[in-house]
Formats: sequence, structure tokens, C-alpha cells
Amino acid sequence: MNENLIYVDGREVKIENEKNLLEIIRKANIEVPTFCYHSDLSVYGACRLCMVDVEGRGLSPSCSTPPEAGMKIKTNTGEIREIRKTIVELLLANHESNCPSCPKSTACQLQSLSKKLGVGEIKFKKLETKQPVDRSTESIVRDPNKCVLCGDCVRVCSEVQGVGVIDFAHRGSKVSVLPSFGKNLNDVECVLCGQCVRVCPTGALSVKSQINEVFKALNDKNKKVVAQIAPAVRVALGEMFGYEPGSVVTGQIVGALKHMGFNKVFDTSFTADLTVIEEANEFLTRFNKNENLPLITSCCPGWVKYAEQYYPQILPHLSSCKSPQQMFGSLAKDFLAKLYNVEPKDLVVVSIMPCTAKKFEAEREEFKHNGIAEVDHVISTYELAQMIEESGLNFKKIQPESFDMPFGFKTGAGIIFGNSGGVTEAVLRYVDEKLTNKKSDAYEYKIVRSGNGIKEFCAEINGIKINMAVVNGLANAKKAVESVKKGEKNYHFIEIMACPGGCIGGGGQPAPKEAGANAMRTQGLYDNDKMLQLHKPQQNPYIEELYKNHLGTPGSEKPHKLLHTKYHSRRRITEEGLSLINSKNARKIEVSVCVGTSCYIRGAQDLLHRLIKYIEDKEMTSIVEVKASFCFENCSKGPTVNVGGKIINRCDFETACKEIDLQAGKISDGSAA
Amino acid sequence: MKAAQMSLTRKFEKVCDIIARYNNDPSKLIPMLQAIQDEYRYLPEEVMVFVATSLGISPAKVYGVATFYSHFALKPKGKFIVRVCDGTACHVKRSEDIIDALRDKLNLTEKENTTSDMLFTLETVSCLGACGLAPVVVVNDEVHGEMNRAKVNELIDAIIKKEAANEQR
Amino acid sequence: MSSVKNKTRVCEKLKSVALDKIKNDYEKLEAGIKRRVIICAGTGCVANGSIKIFEALQSKLAGEKMEVVVELREENKKDALHLSKSGCQGFCQMGPLMTILPENYLYVKVKPEDIDDIVGITLKTGDPVERLLYVDGATGLRCKGIEEIPFYKKQHRMILKECGIIDPEDINEYIARGGYESAKNACLTMTPESICASMIESGLRGRGGGGFPTGKKWELTRIQPEGKKYVICNGDEGDPGAFMDRSVMEGNPHSVIEGMIIAARAIGADEGYVYVRAEYPLAVKRMKKAVCDAEKIGILGDKIFGSGQNFKLNVMEGAGAFVCGEETALMASIEGKRGMPSPKPPFPAQKGLYGKPTVINNVETLASVPIIFKMGVGEFKKIGTPGSPGTKTFALTGHVANTGLIEVPFGTTLREIVNNIGGGVTDDNGKVSPDQFKAVQIGGPSGGCLTADNLDMPLDFDSLKEIGAMIGSGGLVVMNKGTCMVGVAKFFMQFTQNESCGKCVPCREGTRQMLAMLSDITEGEGTEETIAMLEKLAAVIQKSSLCGLGKTAPNPVKSTLAKFRSEYEAHIYHKYCPTKKCKALLKPQIDASKCKGCTICKKKCPVGAITGEVKKAHVIDESLCIKCAACAAACKFGAIMGV
Repeated sequence: MNENLIYVDGREVKIENEKNLLEIIRKANIEVPTFCYHSDLSVYGACRLCMVDVEGRGLSPSCSTPPEAGMKIKTNTGEIREIRKTIVELLLANHESNCPSCPKSTACQLQSLSKKLGVGEIKFKKLETKQPVDRSTESIVRDPNKCVLCGDCVRVCSEVQGVGVIDFAHRGSKVSVLPSFGKNLNDVECVLCGQCVRVCPTGALSVKSQINEVFKALNDKNKKVVAQIAPAVRVALGEMFGYEPGSVVTGQIVGALKHMGFNKVFDTSFTADLTVIEEANEFLTRFNKNENLPLITSCCPGWVKYAEQYYPQILPHLSSCKSPQQMFGSLAKDFLAKLYNVEPKDLVVVSIMPCTAKKFEAEREEFKHNGIAEVDHVISTYELAQMIEESGLNFKKIQPESFDMPFGFKTGAGIIFGNSGGVTEAVLRYVDEKLTNKKSDAYEYKIVRSGNGIKEFCAEINGIKINMAVVNGLANAKKAVESVKKGEKNYHFIEIMACPGGCIGGGGQPAPKEAGANAMRTQGLYDNDKMLQLHKPQQNPYIEELYKNHLGTPGSEKPHKLLHTKYHSRRRITEEGLSLINSKNARKIEVSVCVGTSCYIRGAQDLLHRLIKYIEDKEMTSIVEVKASFCFENCSKGPTVNVGGKIINRCDFETACKEIDLQAGKISDGSAA
Repeated sequence: MKAAQMSLTRKFEKVCDIIARYNNDPSKLIPMLQAIQDEYRYLPEEVMVFVATSLGISPAKVYGVATFYSHFALKPKGKFIVRVCDGTACHVKRSEDIIDALRDKLNLTEKENTTSDMLFTLETVSCLGACGLAPVVVVNDEVHGEMNRAKVNELIDAIIKKEAANEQR
Repeated sequence: MSSVKNKTRVCEKLKSVALDKIKNDYEKLEAGIKRRVIICAGTGCVANGSIKIFEALQSKLAGEKMEVVVELREENKKDALHLSKSGCQGFCQMGPLMTILPENYLYVKVKPEDIDDIVGITLKTGDPVERLLYVDGATGLRCKGIEEIPFYKKQHRMILKECGIIDPEDINEYIARGGYESAKNACLTMTPESICASMIESGLRGRGGGGFPTGKKWELTRIQPEGKKYVICNGDEGDPGAFMDRSVMEGNPHSVIEGMIIAARAIGADEGYVYVRAEYPLAVKRMKKAVCDAEKIGILGDKIFGSGQNFKLNVMEGAGAFVCGEETALMASIEGKRGMPSPKPPFPAQKGLYGKPTVINNVETLASVPIIFKMGVGEFKKIGTPGSPGTKTFALTGHVANTGLIEVPFGTTLREIVNNIGGGVTDDNGKVSPDQFKAVQIGGPSGGCLTADNLDMPLDFDSLKEIGAMIGSGGLVVMNKGTCMVGVAKFFMQFTQNESCGKCVPCREGTRQMLAMLSDITEGEGTEETIAMLEKLAAVIQKSSLCGLGKTAPNPVKSTLAKFRSEYEAHIYHKYCPTKKCKALLKPQIDASKCKGCTICKKKCPVGAITGEVKKAHVIDESLCIKCAACAAACKFGAIMGV
């Protein structure tokens, strides 16, 4: 029976749950170009590159056409080639054409497609003027001049991450992808997870490079440069050099870094082991006291920033442990600096991370002491590949080398940190022995693994039940937090990673060339765990020694100073500000400034800002409430300000302040009397 | 944080009313923005951020919607909105000349469409449906038909004169 | 709270009362009326000051000893005068219009000064005020009523029939004329299956542009298993030069609602939206009032007409985006999103508004529905052509003596429309001159140009499609020989380019490039390659754009290229605009025979390009001239050309 068959260029292909023709065609090993189709995002249908000829229907976009048995499809007719070529030409006409020096050069899909389709001279005019490039954040560079408006970034940001910090703005030929109000990324709620960079087909979104700073440090004779490598890097870097996703290339990385001139190369998995011990103890303390539960992990800087912005009220639930990257930096500037007998400022810590948000984390004020950052530079997996190329190394032929000690020794617990569920599993490996007070050889907790979205389960140890949830993707994080807030869920422990699949799917990782790359990276880390002799953090002899000689006991004062921190609210509009109910404070003076058009023109907005500042500076916020109001219909006499019922026309700053002071004086007189 | 404190002391009661009128339903964003614009005559940034936060959607989304539809203004508009119809009938009857005449008269350009005294904003609109009167100019809601350069100048001068008189009173 | 109670009480009552009582009551009241004055309050006439006429008449009548009623109510006196406003009466160019019944006079271009005579003569004696009657340009005779005016005589007004007569804000008048009978029957006596079957049988095709059979659309939606379904009325008419839907919504909003009720019954929807273009505030106001009035008497809401059918109707105002006329974009807009179209499939019938099966029809289509049920499918099919039954409204504008809103059966020829209804082509000075005919642009930015060759072609969906044009929403712009066709193509391309949503590459980038090429041509920068590139790009945009807006965007260029290629070539090869409309291709010149040597132009010229002595003809130095036109504006004798 051929009722389940589709004919792709004459070849029979079976329909097996594919959502659209594009997937069927790809299954037939035919590459249909597309900018805007991603299997894990909604169908957008805008680039029109995936048009195919369906017999009886004519040209149809394969991404949005569901397969029907018996369809006869042609994927490569003269007409289709003409359309694809014209589309690429149209895009190239307005594309900033500095391809050789673009950070995405050779990884850019527009570039490769242009070559594949044999696009020659572009006869269309360049009609767009150059837009400024946004370099405002530590992590991401946004170059609108290279954007093809496929919307991948917009959809990943809103659908997967639930942040929606960038979206389409304007219409027609003026459309662009922008943060709200055309601001810079740094001035909006971007969590810097870098998922947009990962899906961007061109150089419109790229990782902000710190390569030059790192090379500069390496060339500086007065500096001692140490590297730390995050677990997820070792299973992805190889993809940039022709290895299968998931291939573990740790040795080559160490070799390459040594070749470049790093004095010491360590493993972030070491401090991941340390994080587990600190965090597990923190958890047990809270669990026993039933305090601030659920404990929510805080190793992911994208998630931490998200929580600070959107859920400041849950910050007490976040683990106070620094992330493995910062624990490493903190220990390096304290312990290693002493060990090598250098000033902390001369010990340069370079992190190699699968992540763009780690660049932001390293720059946080909490992690700077006397102007010296715990971590000096953060480079992504992508940038490491670039550095290897720039150093003229043939990656495949690099002699593998091993990590330096003492911070190069890790257990499998520190390795699986790179996977979603890894922190949870590592904590269980510690907590289990701690609660049962028994050593055991078993170490795998497969129940936590391969979670999609939100995975919840109950771990039962020694009769104690711990409700746990493993979450990846911030849209899922939002769901999980909301369910806790509403009291629908009663978790004790939640692990949250911002990126799908955890760090292996981080924004600083190379863009996957094939479907399923994330799963292969995940497997790579679990395999790596198996290969190691030790799997539990408490087995790590160097950790034991570190506590014994340097830190004392877990959770004690020294670890608290070096390894813990506190996060703060970044919410722009507070809950109070949002409440629809008027706070009825009889003693308050209401000051309202008209911001209708007419008053606006006469500087009402500026007046409003100055008055708010004035009230704050004079610490009168408890008795004076300043707000914007709507048109008083006094337009010709604006700006109009209402101070406690008294309407002042043609109001200036001084007059308003005088009146406020006068009325405020009466209030305090009144209360005195 | 400065920003957080600012919002503590500021409330947008009218906006709250509007949002409540539409049951905090994000799918009613467009009517909400229309109602807000009716109040303010434009959509101030603070208000849009406020709306986004209260509806639980991102400010970028609100900004995207506000910039998609030509009726939403993100900058304050002049007191008098002069709209020149550029529908087919008016175009055929040389509405372009009317636009030029108004730009000359008001010292405006394609990019800068509001006068510096915020009295006039010049816009074009595609078909007001008064094709019999082409070319047509609408000032706020008042329609002026069969326009030419001289009539444009008269119209604007009359408004300016009236405004000056009001201002003095 | 109490209003809710009232509503249910009225609802209960209506089950037994039905529409007949409202009808009878209205007719009784109407019998007491001696004469009726209907002032057109469509946007065109309002722009011309018809509201002022209405008010002036009202105050004049207040001083007369005459019983005047504005709303027909129980307390009406005998022999009263009924003064009412109507929607668009169609003949916009002659506005403000006033119809007087029962004499059926149509007064045109009424001014407040005419009120005295209208009251003194017509309202007192029944005689016409001669000077206010329309003069037939061809015969020079004054026409008393609309049946004598060629503009109306040649039309077949079904959808627009009530538009210019009934008071759009009075639901009772609509009911009195048989309104809501069809909806009631549909709800009480017909099954969804039979309604859909009748619609399929009627052959009604969507009036919004594509001409998809309405019955089929309904049937596809009806068979969806989903519980929740929607009906949407697409009133986002945005073609520049088209205002038929606005006139229907303004003039007869209840006919649209009735069509929607029947559609809701047919597909099993319990909620609907009327999406009205933002530029139509009057239509929004009237639709909202109509919905409110219908709710009050139980025609909308729960258990309408006492049947099991619930139907809640919302009116949403657009926010200014032409692309929202595209159905998927319109639904995105209702959902509070950017109005960007999405790929089809899934079709709205499968997954529409909020993911639910949705029927989305244009205003005119929905207004046709009750008419079909009222007159019967068989009668309806007798009008128009077999493939396109019924009538079509058009907005007739441009270089034609009579502009306005017209309605003709499908199959009417262009010649009949332009010459008989439109009164012939006019030259640039507005004089009728038949040899000035150049083309008719049909279907706005998605349509094409019809030329003298097509004058005798019957207009219907299929014949137009064959020649690469489309009916679109029904704008008919007549163009005389002074019109530059490259300029027309550029105008439409500019329009689509401005209104493209910017989602798909071919439309966003392609229309922009096409516009740049057309600008090149009109500015004398076109090369041999430009036409070839235009054609190539037009083909790609047509084949690969996401939505109808993009797919049809190249039509104006394609059709002008096909019919007026030589004009393009003149611009390109000879740097010459045959109609002298492209400024960049004009040579600045002073007509020596008109120049009086007043020297004003010389003084005004900012670059000193004009020389000449007092009282002698001046000359412009072409090499210095920047074509700012300051001289032309200053010249009192019209002597300056080419700037």
C-alpha cells in the first residue's frame, strides 16, 4: 500500500508523524534552504526559500504545508531556483557586505546559501541607511545591518525563553527587530542567555568577543594567566573542527590553551564539585528548618538575572552559592594567588564557557572586590575555536594534555553540571550518602535525566521524601515558579537552567549543524562521567584537602565569605506600582503633573522627573506622592501641576517645589500638634 | 534602584482604569492603546512599559504593536493634525502639490512632520472616502475639499490667528 | 444589573411578539407622516456640510408651524414632517444630497441658503425648488427624482437600495422594511446544513477581492467538529479610492448584522467581530449603535429570536494598517498582535481566530446574504452572470463626470459604467470629452488597468481574472489621457510598499526594489535593463509572497507594462513623459506668449536661473534651474511650464 507515501522528486518517502513537507524532504536527504524554520519554534513562513512545487497546487512553502499521502513534490525546478536566487539577491542588496570580517563569517547561512545558489552580481540597489550597532551588553552584539528579519531570535526569545525582549517593530520596509522602544539590549530586560545568537542565521546577533583582551593578557609578561573550562565546552567545541557532536575533546583543549601560553589550565568541574557540597549542605539546612523552600539553584546567570527582574520576591529561595565559575574565580584570586605568590590583580582568570550570560556574571559588582574581578575574561566555546584558528593550531593534531592541579581534578558530579538535571543528580549523589550515612557505589539517578521542559519527581532517601523539579528554558522556569507561587506545587528543590538542555545548549555554543546535536552533547557528558573513576563530589580528594587546609567546614565562615553571595531585585515596575487599588494615605500630598501633549511640549515630562528626584532627595516619599496625570484641559496655560488640590498653571520647577514644601510643612506641623 | 523607586511613587490611574475595563486581557491590547491614546493623544513610553508589565507581556511586544499600526503615535502630535488624503482620486487630482504646499507653509519635511511649536502635525492618509471633493485635507475632524495652494495657506493662517488670540486670552 | 434584567425580559417578550409587531407599529406611525426629508449623512456629504444643513433645517422648522419628528415614536402627530439622516445616497460628487418623499425629489449641492426655499416651497406646497434639481449634462434637462438621473437610472441597487433612505440609527425602520426576517427564519426554521446548501446554490462569491464562493467557505467551517467558532465581518476596506463597505456600514449597518447572524447560524458560531477600518469613525459609531440596539430587543445575545442560537457581536476598530484586510492579519489584529499574515494552511475555516474555526466575510458579502434569502436563491441567480451572480458595488472616481457609489449587476460593461452612469470621461479641466478616455484602474493596488479594448467586456470575476486584473474590493478609477501610467504604477507601488507588513522577503524587499526602479524611470534614470528587472521581480513576488497583498502587488506594474509599454519606453529611452506629469523629465520653460515681463519670477528664483528685462518675455536657464517651482507659484499669468 502506498497510502502513506509522498513522492519527493520522484522518490518515495514515507510519512511518519512529520508536521510539514520540509521535514519529509529533509528525510529524503534533500536540503531545502530556509532561514526561518526551526523545528522547536513555531512556523513563521516568512523567508519563502523553502517553496516547493506541489503537483496540482503549485508553489507552496514546505515549512507550513502538512504532508498528505500521494503528494508529488518537486524541490528543484527552474522556477524554484529563480525564486530562491532572487530572494537571496534581495536580501544581499541591503546586507552589510563586510563578510570576511564578520564574526559569523563561514558560519553565516546567507553567505553559504549565496554561494550554493551561485548568486553573482547584485543588481538591486542598496536602499537602507546604516544603523548603529548595539554593543551595549557584555555578551551580545546586535548588528541590525545584517538582519534578514527571519524572526528566529524573536521566537526563541518569547517562545522558548518567555522573555520576549526583542520583537519586530515598525512595518513594511521599515521593519526591524528591536528591543522595546529601540533601546539598547543593556537597557531592557535581556537576560543575555544568547539563545538568539545561537539561532541567528547571519551576523546580526553575535557573541561579544573578548579574544583580544585574552591575547593581550597572555602576551603580558607581568601576568599569570589561568584558564577554567566549563564541562559543556568539551562536548561541543569539536563540532567546529569536524567532530561529531558530543565528542569529548578535553585533552586537545588543554593542549591548545597551553600552546597559546596559558600558565595553568583548570577545570570548572572542580568548583562544580565544590558547589554541590556547599549547595547540598545549604539545602539540607533549609530542609531541616523548613525555611525558604524550595531551594532554587543559582548556577545559571541567565536564570539569576531573570529572577532578579521578574521574580524579586523569590530571591530568598535562590541558593546563596556562587556559580562554579565565580567559585573558581574567587578561590583563584584568594588561594591560587597565594599559592603562586602573585598579586590577585596579576593573576588573570579566563573562563571558557558555553554561555554568553557568564560574561555578564563575571562583570557583576557582587563579584568584584576592591576593583578586582574574580573572573577577568569570559570567552565562549565559539570564541575558543576562533582563538585556536588564530593561533594557527591544527586542532585535530593537537597533543592532548591533562589539567593542572589542584583545580583540575573533578568527579563525574562536576562533569554532568553541563546537562539539565546535572546539578540535581550531583546534589542527590551527595545528599544520599549524607542522609543514609552510608557509602555506596551506585551513583546514577536516571530519573532526573532527559527532561523536556519541566521534569518533576520525588526522591525518597532513608524514608525522607524530597520533591524535586528540573527545569530548562526560561518559559518553563516561569511556569514552575508560577505554580509554586500559586501553591499548586510543593517542591523542595528546583534546578533551573535558562537554556534548552542546560549548558550544552548554551548561547555561546556553536550553532548545531544537525538536528539532535544537543542530545548527543548531553550523552557525551554522561559518557564522560562514566569514564571517570570518581562520581561523587565528596570523593574528590582535592576538595577534601581544600576544606581541610583552607576553607574549614562546608557552610562555615570562610566558605561563606568566598563562595556565597546575594542577589537583588532588578524589577523596573514594582508590585505596588502595579496595584490597581489606590493607597489611601490621608496624610499624603498628591502632586500630579499633566503630561498631555500640550504640557509635554512645555517640558512637563522633564518637570515630572525633576520633581520625583526632588521628593526622593528630600526624603519626602512617605508624605508626597508624585504622579503623571492626564490632560487638565488647560492646554494654553501648561505645564499644569496639581499640588494637593491647588492647580498651578505655567508651573516651573521652583514654583512646584515651593508649594510642595509649604504643604509638607503644614503636614508635619499638624502631626507635631 | 532609582527606576524602582520612581515607579513606587507614580501611578497611572487612568491607565489602570482602562486596563481594568478590558479585564487585563492581553488580546485587547489594541483597544487599550487606542483608549490610552485618546487620553494622552500619544503613547508615552512609561505608559507602554506600565501596560506591558500589568498585562504580563514584554514591553517589546507592546512597542511592536504600537509601531505596526499607523494610528498610534509614539511622539506627541501637534494640536492640529492636518491630514492630506492621498487616495487614488486625490492623487490623480494632484494631492502631492497640496502636501508640498503644506510642507512649505509649515516648514516641515518628510521626516519632521510636527512643527516646533507643536501646533501642527502633517500626515497623509490613504483615502478618506471623500473622493468627490478631491483633493481633500482634514484638520482634526473637519474636512476641507477641493484644496489648492492658496486655500491651504488661508486655512493654516486662519488657525494660527485663532490660536494666537486664544493664547492672549 | 437592571439593564440585564430588562434585556432578558424583552427577550422573553420577543419570543412571542416577533418582528411583525415592530413592523406594524412602525407602519402605523409612518402612515401619520405627510412628507419625509432625508439628508444624506454619508462621509462624503458630511464633508460637504450636510450636518449643517440638517441643523439649519431643524432650526428653521422650529420657527414654522409644522409638526416635525426626527424619530418615529408613539406620540407622533398627524400629517407630520419626518426629518431624518441617511447613509450614503451614492452621488457623492453632487453632495450634500437631500431626498424628499413622497415626491421623490433629489436635491443636489444643497446649501444652508437654500433652506428657506425648501421649506417655503417644497414642504408647504410639494413643488420642487427647480434650481436644486440635478441637470442632465447630456440633455440639459432638470431631473426630478432619482429615476430620471442617468447616474441612478442605469444602476441596479440591491445592497445600496436602503442605504440612502432608511435611518441607519433606527432599527425599527430596518425591521419595518422586512429586515431580520431572513435571520429569524434561519434561526427558527432552517438547519445549518440547509443554510449552507442554499448559499452554495446561490453562487454568491466573496466581494472582498478573491471571489471565493461564500457557501463553500461556510460549509467548510460548519463541518469542523470544534465547539467554539467565530464569524468575522471584514470591514477593513483600505484600497485607496474604494468606500463601498464604509457606505454599507454607515448606511445600513443592520443588513451586515443580519448577514452575520445567518452566517453564525450556518456554521454554529456564538461570537462574532466586526472589524472596521480606523479611518471610518462614523461607520464604527453606527455599527456600535446598531449592535447595541439589536441586543436590546434580543436579536443579538442569548437565545436570539427565542431560538437556541446565541450570538454575541463585538465591534473592533482597526488601528491603521491596510494589510489587516488580509484575513489572517485581521485575526492577528483582533488577538492584539501585529497584523502580520500567517501561512495558509491552516485556513481560517480550520484554525482561525484564537485557533478556532472562523468564517470571515467582507461587508458587502454579508449584506448580500439577507437579500438572497429574502428574494430567494432562484431570483438572485437571475441577476448578474452565471459565474458571478448578483450585483457589485463600485466606487466610481477619477476623471469622470459623476463620481460616487454605484451598484450594477455583474456582467455590466465598463462602457455602460463610464459613459452612462459616470456621464463620460472628463479632461483635466473637468469637461466631458469622450476622446480623453485612457484607462480604468480596477481593484486598487491589487488590480490592473482596463483600456479602451476592454470597454465592452462584461465585468465579472472570471473575465477580469483572464486579463490579469481583479475586481478587488471594487474601486474604479477612471483616468484620462493626461494621466502618466508609469506614475500610476508608481503610486500603487508606493502604496503597497508603505502598507506591506514587512514579514516575507519578496513583498518587503521586492516591492521596495520595484518602487526604486519605477522612481528611476520617472526620474529619467531608467535603463534598458530596468523593464526586464521589473518583470522578473514581478514574477517572483507574485509567485512567492506569503499573502494576497504581496501576491497581487505587482499587478498594477504588470498591467501598465502590458498595455502602455511604450510609455515606459518613452521615459527610459527618450527621457520623455508623454503626459508631461513626471517633473524630473520636464524642461523648465517660460511661455513667451503668456509672459508679461513682470520680473516677479526673476526675483523669486533662489538660484538666479531666470533672466529677462522688464515687460519682455523672461527665460529660464535650464542648467541652473533646480525645479523648485517658486517661479511658477509666483507667476500670475501661468506662463511657467515644466517645473
